[in-house]
Parts: sequence; C-alpha cells; structure tokens
Amino acid sequence: MKRVSSVALATLLQLPLGVAADEADELRAEIALLKADYTARIEQLESRLTAMESATGAAASTPPPRGNNALNPAISLILEGTYRALDANPDNYRIDGFVPAEEAVGPEARSATLGESELTISANIDPYFSGYFVAAFDAEGGAEVEEANITHVGLVPGATTKFGRFLSGFGYQNEIHAHAWDFVDAPLVHQAFFGGALSEDGLQVRWLAPTSLFLEFGLETGLGDRFPGSARNRNRPNSFAAFAHLGGDLGVSSSYRFGTSYRATNAFDRAYLDQDAVGEETVNAFTGDVRQWGVDAVWKWAPNGNSGVTNLKLQAEYIRVESDGSLVFDVDGRAIDGEFEADQSGWYAQAVYQFMPRWRVGLRYDHLDAGSVRLGQIGSGQLAAADFPVLLDHDPSRVTLMFDFSATEFSRLRLQLAEDRARRDTDDTQVMLQYVMSLGSHGAHKF
Amino acid sequence: MQTHMKISTSLIASAWLLAAPANGAVKVFACEPEWANLVELTAGDLASVYQASTAMQDPHRIEARPSLIAQMRRAQLVICTGADLEVGWLPLLMQSAGNRDVYAGSPRFIAAAELVSRLEVPTTVDRAAGDIHPGGNPHVHLDPHKLAEIAQAVAERLAIIDAANAEEYRARYAAFAQSWRDAIAGWETKAQPLRGMRIVPYHKDTVYLAHWLGLVEVMNIEPKPGLPPSAAHLAGLVDLLVAAPVDAVTRSAYQDPKPMNWLRAQTGVPTVELPYTVGGAPDVDDLYALFDVTIDRLLEARGRHDGD
Repeated sequence: MKRVSSVALATLLQLPLGVAADEADELRAEIALLKADYTARIEQLESRLTAMESATGAAASTPPPRGNNALNPAISLILEGTYRALDANPDNYRIDGFVPAEEAVGPEARSATLGESELTISANIDPYFSGYFVAAFDAEGGAEVEEANITHVGLVPGATTKFGRFLSGFGYQNEIHAHAWDFVDAPLVHQAFFGGALSEDGLQVRWLAPTSLFLEFGLETGLGDRFPGSARNRNRPNSFAAFAHLGGDLGVSSSYRFGTSYRATNAFDRAYLDQDAVGEETVNAFTGDVRQWGVDAVWKWAPNGNSGVTNLKLQAEYIRVESDGSLVFDVDGRAIDGEFEADQSGWYAQAVYQFMPRWRVGLRYDHLDAGSVRLGQIGSGQLAAADFPVLLDHDPSRVTLMFDFSATEFSRLRLQLAEDRARRDTDDTQVMLQYVMSLGSHGAHKF
Repeated sequence: MQTHMKISTSLIASAWLLAAPANGAVKVFACEPEWANLVELTAGDLASVYQASTAMQDPHRIEARPSLIAQMRRAQLVICTGADLEVGWLPLLMQSAGNRDVYAGSPRFIAAAELVSRLEVPTTVDRAAGDIHPGGNPHVHLDPHKLAEIAQAVAERLAIIDAANAEEYRARYAAFAQSWRDAIAGWETKAQPLRGMRIVPYHKDTVYLAHWLGLVEVMNIEPKPGLPPSAAHLAGLVDLLVAAPVDAVTRSAYQDPKPMNWLRAQTGVPTVELPYTVGGAPDVDDLYALFDVTIDRLLEARGRHDGD
C-alpha cells in the first residue's frame, strides 16, 4: 500500500517536470515552425513579385475576412415542417404488443405542422475541450436540450471522451439527428424500444484501435432516467452501454460498417396507460431490469466512390429487448402486483438510391416481433389477457417509400408514403410532405 | 468459444501487423492525390503516404468512411487542401479519429492552399451565391508555382517532425525544386499558344490553371458553384455558346460528363476532359504527367478549333 502511494506521489511530482520538458519541446517545434513558414512566406512574396512583374493578369489576394466575431462558435439552424394526410387518427397511435413509451411515438398531428427547429452551436473551448449544443424548439414554443456535451480527444491515443447530454452510440441511426434521417420518421424499433431516440446524461468513452481496419469500442454510463429506464433518485448511474464497430472499404466503390451494442438499465414504477377487460382506463407500472442487444450494418456504394451523381446506401438494424421484473396492474385502484417477463425484438432494413444528382428514392421495411410476454396476474388467474389489451400479441410492421429532392446539400424536400400496421385493428395509410432546410455553418455528414 | 477467441485474437493480430509501418517512414495522410504525390516527389521513401481520395472523386464530397477514420488515427502528418474545401468531411475524420497530434495548428497538419495566396477571395459570403469558400478558391494545385511553394513548406514540416532526417528532406526538396523549375519552364514555353484561349469549365476548379497559362474563363457549366446544371440552364448555355463561341468546354475527371457531352452535341464546341489531378487520366501517374497531359489536351482542342 505504502509502495503504491509513494509510486503515485513520485509520478505526481514528476508530472510538472515532464510537462516542462514537453513544453520546451513544443516551444522548439513552434519556433522551428514559425521559422519555416516565415522563410516560405518571404520566398512566396518574392516569387509573387516576380510573377506580378511578368504577368499582366491581376492576382487578387486578400486575407479572409476577420472581425470581432472571428472567435464566435459555429452556428447552424435547421428549419423543418411536414404536411401529413393520415387515414387513422394520430391521437390514438399505438405500437400494439409493446409496453408504450412515455414519450410520444407515431406521427404528429394531421395537416401542415411546423416541426422542430433545431439550433446547433459548437466550438473549441480551449486547446483541450470542445463543446457542442443542440436545442430543439417545438411549434408550441417549448424548447428541449437535445445535446449539450463536452468532448476531449486524446486522453490516450485514439480515445475520445464525451460528457454531458448526448445521443447514445447504441446502433447506427440513434446518433443521427432527425434532420439527417433518410425518412421523415424514426424506425419502429427506435420508437418502440427507445421512445424515439436514446439520449444519455452521462459519460461516453470511445477508443479507436491503431489498425488500418476500422475497429472502435465504446462505453457509456449515465442517468438513464428516460424510457426504457426511469428516474431513480439514486447516487449511482442507472444505465450502462457498450458498443463495438468494425468498418472498411470493399474496393474503391463501396464501404461498410458493422456494429453491435448492448445497454442495460433499470426502471422503477414506469407507468403507462391501458384499459381493463371492461374498458375502464388503468394505469399500470413496470419495475425491473431492461436489457437491450443490437446489431447494425451500413453499406454504401457509389461508382468509383464518387457519390455526386449516383449512390446507394443500405442500412439495417436488429434490436432485442428483455424486460424482467414486476408489473402493478391499476396502480390507483386494485393495485394487483405480478411478475413481468418479456422477450421482444424488431428490425428494419432500408435502401436509399440517388438515381441522378439531387434526386433520391428510398424504401424501408419495419417489423416488430412481440415475442413472449409473461404476466404473473394472468398466470395466477387473477386477471385475463383482455385486461392488458396493449400487450395482446401483435407483430407490427410498416412499409415506407420516399422520394426526395435536394436543390443543394442545405435544402431538402421530401414526399413519403407509408402503410403502417403498428395498431392491431387499423392499417394506417400515411402521406407526408416535408421540408428540411439548414442555415449557417456547414455541417459534416456522418458515415 | 475457444475457436471464437482464437479467431478474434488472430484477427486483431493481423490488423496490428497491417498497421505496422513498412519502415521508419513518416505516416502521411493526404486528403487529395495531388498532395499525396507532392509528398512522394519531395520525401520519397522517407514518407509512407495514404491517399484518402482519388481523381475520380469530388474532393468537396468525400464520405467520412470508417477506413479514412482508421487511417487518420495512425497519421503522423496530415496534408489537405484546406480553405474549406474539405469542410464536409475532414472535421468528422478529425473528431472521430482521436488523434489530436494532427489537429489544425500543429506542425503535423498542413492546409496546403492556406500557405499560398488565393484567387477569388469573396468580399461577402452568402449561400445564395452557391457553395462559396470564404477563404478563396481552394483548387490551388493547378498552378505549378504554387505547388513549388507548398513543396518547400512540406519539406520544412517533415524536417521538423522527423528531425533526424531534416537534412535529407531539404536535399530531396532541393533536387525536386530544380527539376520542377525546369519542368515549369518547359510547360510555359509549350503552352504559349494557349494564351487567350476561351474556355468554359464545369466548376471553378481550373481558375489557377487559367491564371497561370493566361486562359480566359468565360463562364462555368454550373450555374453557381456546387449546383449541378438543370436542363433549362444548359439550354441557356447553348444560346450563349452559339452567340459567342468559345475554344473549349472542359470538365475535370470527377465531374458528370453528361452536361459537357450534351453541349458538344448541341453546338459542336470542342470539349476537353482535364485530368484535374494525379490519376485523372490513364497516363497521369504523377504531377509532372498531370501538367504534360493537361497542356497537351488543351493544345489539341485549340488546334482542332483553329483548324475548323
């Protein structure tokens, strides 16, 4: 013990010295750099002078514009709106067979609605940290912080550390903001199992292996207070996730990424609305562990790797969820407690093809498997399956077709048609017309 | 389970082997082929260069692919065009690779276009004008004088980060500079007939070539930088080309050939496929060949036009 602490102390004491030596090296490198650039600059000026003397054409060269706002962060704003024509009333949208998320799922209101306006602000904070902030303003004037996180790069070579609020690295699409999706809405698996998207208040560490094959590992832990978890009022974090990605090129025209993910969280009295067998409204509540597994794959193709004219993107994810705990039926009335065990899964696959510059067509198929749901109250004969209508066996599916036109990479108009069988008794034919516009700094698009 | 472990261990081991440098060479990540070749010409076997894109790919729109992130992670020197050319993909590679040694501001990051004076620096920047680069036109490599300046800066950077070989980098640069000067003199003599040649390039990516050789860029096939031409715009171009004929319509290897071919079919205007960068034509395997072929093809078009 003593030895360990003295070693630690020695390391601590050495640290400033090491830093000083590093700094001296850095200074020397900087001076050398300045000298080199200075020499190059002078020679460049001389050659420009000779060039000017010989050439008749005037070479305009002014420094990039600078001012008081030179250090302002990068700001971008996404404006989005959708017109919806829906066969079925969106107010009673359900994904039958699955415990509903508290967050709203399914399409928003009919007719023309203003979507979320998304404001992104980002900048380097200092040489060590950078900050990223995304707020979404809804049509009613409410605002939500979607992401607010700090990133540090290089704790060890290849490591990226992120903390604050961020979109979980589980799967492929979860990390992508809505405006960059290839369809108007999220896949059904994300709606059913994540309540839209998994957002984490916590810490994420990623490490990229120093290999020519892309091999990345990530760990996350956080508050886990949102669906499928719940607020716990405990000191320790309530969610843990791990993921791994592998990717590379297949020749010059195509590239791929595979991923696998795991997330565990815990819910306490997570309530949802249902009806009993005679149609009385009930509030039921789940308490227990939720474990999620996922695999995802993305494959992109463009002739010679040049995506400007035509390109194809295939994407698929499979997610399996095991819930294990107890469920209280009719919390405010009869309050009948029973065991709850569910093993459910779902997947989607989509293809998006750009058939000429600016124009794309896409097809997506969603499928959920209600799997097995075991309720203690039914096993003991206290209640019947009809007392849990939301959980009656149903395998939802959806087929979606979309066309979009992007005049530039900053503006997109989209038409989407879908046949949605999320509800047991209703097929919903949906027509959506959407615009997504981005103002301000140039966003980079994730693979 | 055992076999799985074995397979994954050998997979990781083979990946490590692939990752090991061939010799002690500096691992260079070059965003575009011109910089990859410039490093090869000046540093030779002292650098092992990974070229992130090809001449057939639009350097504005490269996918931030996993393979590029993996290479960025291992890079000891990164050389890109800069001046916002790679704004849609380079920042993502930097964010995802976890390699802060090569961040902008470090000697290990070179933004080549930012080392030289640039043309077309806008006084106002507004997206209504298309995909505008606030730092000026970034396609500087088609002026060989600018390449010479950049080559010197690259040699000096290599001398800093690989100090043991500093003198060797300077010696190799000096040899390159001499042969490059000779080549420039040859090209400038040969390209004399191109002075005043009126061209219509697809995109504003040959501005430096035009400025160097005295070509006159009348307009572009693109209505605005980064916007593909619509049918209506092309029809308008036909009228303009008939009213005021030009010597050639040009496109770079990575650009859609259809608009240029359509204009030729409609108006009979000579067309030229410019290699644009190393690898842009079958015989363009280095920067010397790039300028040889570029000038030859322009001369050929000019001759054809004059012969009409």
